[in-house]
Amino acid sequence: MRLEYFQLIDRVTDLNLADRTIRTEATVPQDSTVFEGHFPGYPLMPGVLLVETMAQSSGWLVVAVNKFERMPFLAAVKDAKFRTFVLPGQVLQVTASVEHDGSGYAITNAKITSAGKPICDATLTLRVMPFPNGEIRQHMCDQAARLGVPSVETAHG
Amino acid sequence: MSSTFDTIANIIAETCDIPRDSITPESHAINDLGIDSLDFLDIAFAIDKAFGIKLPLEQWTQEVNDGKATTDQYFVLKNLAARIDELVAAKGA
Repeated sequence: MRLEYFQLIDRVTDLNLADRTIRTEATVPQDSTVFEGHFPGYPLMPGVLLVETMAQSSGWLVVAVNKFERMPFLAAVKDAKFRTFVLPGQVLQVTASVEHDGSGYAITNAKITSAGKPICDATLTLRVMPFPNGEIRQHMCDQAARLGVPSVETAHG
Repeated sequence: MSSTFDTIANIIAETCDIPRDSITPESHAINDLGIDSLDFLDIAFAIDKAFGIKLPLEQWTQEVNDGKATTDQYFVLKNLAARIDELVAAKGA
């Protein structure tokens, strides 16, 4: 994770376009200014950043399902449950699946585990829209390459 | 078996916490019931699931923006029910 750049995902470990599922991984940094306030002397990963971690994983799945031709934007978070604390240095495994691929929106189910133990889960609504401009699309493609998002041609399915 | 309108009305009542008896076939989802675009995504999701279809929201929005259709054609509930019936029929054809 690079919290200062709002990059919550370190790598995509699996992308299955046939099943419309993704697996990603992220390591919570040992040090971050976030932990100076949340909380002093008792650092905990904020729940809203765990939501963002699930949203970014869902987003990479949806952008891949849409062949990098459209961009998802987080629109709603439902039934978010935070089951245990997340500490600096902890390694997180994130999974997300498309529950429904609607017209201009997608619903995903996402969850985070760590060492097999459930951390949090939620149902997310993403608006799916054209990229605002070519530069943002290129930025997303560059980020996808950095994270190891398989190209549409090489992804499962 | 409930009508398409009844199914839609029940979905709207449950999703948006609107009294069921205030929802009529003549109700305009946006102008009369005050449903915004985000809440309508929830309704669309529930309709898609209930009828096994995919409401073409983007196409409808484009047609309205281009002046080729009015919102009444898609968002007055009796008209929405007719559009859903067409989509269900097309799926089974």
